[in-house]
Amino acid sequence: MAKIVDARGLSCPQPVILTRQAIDEGEFPIEVLVDTVTSRENVRRAAERAGLKVQVEAMGDEFKLTLTR
Amino acid sequence: MSERLTRFFASRWGILLAGAVIGLLAPLLQRAGNPPNMGVCVACFVRDTAGALGLHRVATVQYIRPEIIAFVLGSLIAALLFREFKPRAGSAPIIRFFLGMFAITGALTFLGCPWRALLRLAGGDLNGLVGTAGLVAGIALGVFFLKRGYSLGRSRPAPAAVGWMMPLFMVGLLLFLLFRPQFTKDGPIFFSAQGPGAMHAPLLISLAAGLVIGFLAQRTRFCTMGAWRDVILMGDTHLLTGVGALFGVALATNLVLGQFKLGFAAQPVAHSNHLWNFLGMALAGLAFTLAGGCPGRQLFLSGEGDGDAALFVLGMLFGAGFAHNFALTGVPDKLAEGVLTVGGPGPYGQAAVLIGLVFCIVLGFTMCERQK
Repeated sequence: MAKIVDARGLSCPQPVILTRQAIDEGEFPIEVLVDTVTSRENVRRAAERAGLKVQVEAMGDEFKLTLTR
Repeated sequence: MSERLTRFFASRWGILLAGAVIGLLAPLLQRAGNPPNMGVCVACFVRDTAGALGLHRVATVQYIRPEIIAFVLGSLIAALLFREFKPRAGSAPIIRFFLGMFAITGALTFLGCPWRALLRLAGGDLNGLVGTAGLVAGIALGVFFLKRGYSLGRSRPAPAAVGWMMPLFMVGLLLFLLFRPQFTKDGPIFFSAQGPGAMHAPLLISLAAGLVIGFLAQRTRFCTMGAWRDVILMGDTHLLTGVGALFGVALATNLVLGQFKLGFAAQPVAHSNHLWNFLGMALAGLAFTLAGGCPGRQLFLSGEGDGDAALFVLGMLFGAGFAHNFALTGVPDKLAEGVLTVGGPGPYGQAAVLIGLVFCIVLGFTMCERQK
């Protein structure tokens, strides 16, 4: 069961803060939901900096990023 | 193709390009007629626009700045082309309005937004260092609140009209600028005959430069507050690369154009009252952090459909009028017959900055969204 971070509608930099908290908890995979390309790129960058693999899936106007080790 | 471009703009080269282009265009706009060390300044230009509309009546700072209009429209064009135009709203709009008001009160105490702090420094005005130090201190305090769980809550997708309001308002301003209607005998639209408001590049040059900056900044998420925030919060220097490029290129361009004059005292449209330069920008930095973007970024967001950022922009416009009507802004240094009078804010301006800081700190402690 993936851990889900719902960061839709949140201003910068909260999606990244929530993602980093989830990463620190150490349970993978993590699914991050965002609704802007800005947040998608910010979360992707933060996850890649943490050495994680990132898979992005477009869901209508929103995105789901799946972070795995 | 579109996705590859998006990845390029999101890369370090993309943000470097955006910063470098702003750093090049700002001194060139100054060369073309904009005020000294103010090739581009979001706070000053919003203030001038407020003056042109008669929201304040200081005759020397009244002009509908095409750059502001073009920032929003350039961002709109980029967002439409790349399918990122997304009407959204509902994240504590009234709070954002007041954050905009206090942010510009702080910025006008210093006499510049974070962009101008860099441009002033790039023109040799060392007060830019003090202002930037204040900005970073304010952002650091904002990061403290973010780490505690500060949040203005979620925005939600909204009907198209919400996203189009700010771009349409800008089109209205453009029509006022082009046709300069006079609404009453001594009334608006006002255009300064002298002072900084009378100094401006030709309309088409300002518009073109603004459109390029708006387009690039929307694509790259250029943000002078986010730059420092990301470094303090997580050691991420991505956005700071853009800020560095802006400063470096502006400095080089100023040196080539002979627009560089080193010192603290009597710099153009600036004062050397260190305490209030620092505190003014600390207030601005804190307010930008709590609102999620520097004034430029708020304009770009409002162009891509963010109705909450639009409220911040209107708060700045309203706040700029308020700041001049109530004599809150910093007064420039004066140099007469070799005697230097150090400027800065008067007692009301000092009180306004302190009230703004208290307002932001109370928000920082009280606005928290419960996380599941």
